[in-house]
Amino acid sequence: MNGDRILAVADKEVRYLLRDRRSLGVTLLLPVALLILYGYAINFDVREIPLAVYDPDRSAESRDLVQTVTRTGYFRLVRTLDSPRQAEDVLQRGEAKVVLVLPAGFAADLAAGRTASLQTVVDGADSLTATISLSYLEAMAQEWSLRRLAEAGGGERRAPPISPEVRVWYNEGLASTHFIIPGLVVLILMMVAALLTSQTIVREREQGTIEGLVVLPVTPRELIAGKLLPYVAIAAVDVALIGVAGKLLFGVPLRGSPALLSGLMLIYIIAALGTGLLISVLTRSQQLAYMIALIATLLPTMLLTGFVFPVASMPKVLQMVVQLHPSTHFMVIVRGLALKGAGIGVLWPRALALTVIAGALLAASAAKFKKTL
Amino acid sequence: MSESAVEVSGLTKRFGDFAAVEGVSFAVERGEVFGLLGPNGAGKSTTIRMLCGILAPTSGEGRVGGHDVGREPEAVRERIGYMSQRFSLYLDLTTEENLEFYGGIYGVARERLSERIGWALEMAGLEEQRHRLTGELPTGWRQRLALGCALLHEPEVVFLDEPTAGVDPISRRRFWEVIYGLAEAGVACLVTTHYMDEAERCDRVALMYGGRVIALDSPEGLKRQSVAAGLLEVACEEPGRAVALLQKTAGVKRARLYGAGVHVVVSEPATGARLVREALEAAGLRPSRVEAAEASLEDVFVALIQEAEAGGAR
Repeated sequence: MNGDRILAVADKEVRYLLRDRRSLGVTLLLPVALLILYGYAINFDVREIPLAVYDPDRSAESRDLVQTVTRTGYFRLVRTLDSPRQAEDVLQRGEAKVVLVLPAGFAADLAAGRTASLQTVVDGADSLTATISLSYLEAMAQEWSLRRLAEAGGGERRAPPISPEVRVWYNEGLASTHFIIPGLVVLILMMVAALLTSQTIVREREQGTIEGLVVLPVTPRELIAGKLLPYVAIAAVDVALIGVAGKLLFGVPLRGSPALLSGLMLIYIIAALGTGLLISVLTRSQQLAYMIALIATLLPTMLLTGFVFPVASMPKVLQMVVQLHPSTHFMVIVRGLALKGAGIGVLWPRALALTVIAGALLAASAAKFKKTL
Repeated sequence: MSESAVEVSGLTKRFGDFAAVEGVSFAVERGEVFGLLGPNGAGKSTTIRMLCGILAPTSGEGRVGGHDVGREPEAVRERIGYMSQRFSLYLDLTTEENLEFYGGIYGVARERLSERIGWALEMAGLEEQRHRLTGELPTGWRQRLALGCALLHEPEVVFLDEPTAGVDPISRRRFWEVIYGLAEAGVACLVTTHYMDEAERCDRVALMYGGRVIALDSPEGLKRQSVAAGLLEVACEEPGRAVALLQKTAGVKRARLYGAGVHVVVSEPATGARLVREALEAAGLRPSRVEAAEASLEDVFVALIQEAEAGGAR
């Protein structure tokens, strides 16, 4: 490896980037734009679920229960039904996601000391909202029952059999932004970095300049290193912008060491850039390289590497396969560092895996590049 | 230092069963302009690629600037300049930036680099275009820039792979002036070309066919070769019919249209002229002139290749 030759390649690449200022601007601002867009758009906190009520009982008790449910802000009363038949209609039209039916005799049953029934119909087509609605409703019904028991207890106040003392650590408010934003950072960096380098070698192939490079006394390793350098710098700027945006706009904390995060992020970026380089070496056209880079980074990072769906609940074989994707490891690292304040003592296996993947990607690019010459 | 700048002996490259280059031997001296000619697929490019250290030879030896192309390809690449028919310039960089890139890769020292870039710009006549994007330059100018890039590090050997393809005649002439200048300065120049007039400009020419060198001499020497002996220049009526007739005449090896007349190669130079005249007169084509002509390089190559083809078929 000759430093001067690496610098000559890097210098050329920088001038190339500077010549196309619009693309450079897009490259620098796109990540932040994506973060802001998706940071606000993707939200798993379910609020204001549209609710319809059928209440033939029309008692003080039934009205009180409905009020308890709607007061919290999780449900919004959109319609009061006149007949149970209308339930299907409102669910089908999506007007409401949940229908509460308080049967006639609800108050009478309560007064007689019998267990009153409360029918809940949930639109299961949206299973995520359905699950969350059900758990909210169960909790509210439970709370309402306990309160009534306490009020009507007449001295004979009964304590519930178990009272779980739940403490949520690391994300006390269970804010889904704290879960999503670090994941988005992983996704955006991977995608932007891989797209950046996916063009760099295939472009030389398309324009024929690769023929000239072959007869020059520059080795594949020097070439790969020289091409990598400017993009590491660009990605570092992206990281800084994303970090600031994540903190200022979304209030995601950074509880671990900023230095450690920066260091690991650098390794991750190199792995992502290496992914793009390998694609660039293997493909024959810039468009194809672009498509492959997009598919290889966006889909797996979004669906398979634990961004939304936990890796642990995937089939065993797939779990092993996704260990090869740099995002899988960095997802754990970023969440660990940002939210849990984890240190290298805990994260080192992930850091090691990331380093090995980054090294392997670059070595493969250089080796494959040499062969295709 | 008695060694030639390029020494090739028994150089062979096989791709599977196919021998792209077989047993090629030649030497290029310092200050010599050496032409490599041949039809497409003759093995010229493969030979050059081996000599540039890009392709390892299957067998045989090639030494460039005293270094073995198979064993020390990197040392070879540092000592050569290479320019191809497809100029490997970055079209989105300026003239000067392209030169700087090549200078950096060739490891030209910084203080020497600006001097060399000045030299290259002057040589190529591109001083005014220093800050223009390469993509905006006409082909002939780009070609000279590509040559400038290949010469920045003052190589001992220069490989020019069909350097003038698609370049206008004036630029070609100017280009050859640069090549002669290099040769005068002691640089060994190896040029591949399709153009016969360019072959004429070389000190020596090797003709490649089917992966082998089938002739190697100075252009004058080649023209004196026996295969070209017996060439007659014929002027007569209806040259088209004359060619058809002569091709069937015993004692005539070849006949083809040449300008307004016919070129005929006879097997017996001594009696050939009479034979041709008689055949044409018998057919009523009234030959006005039948005389021995000096073969052009093209005649020689066509003859040599046809002979090689016949030999290969045998």
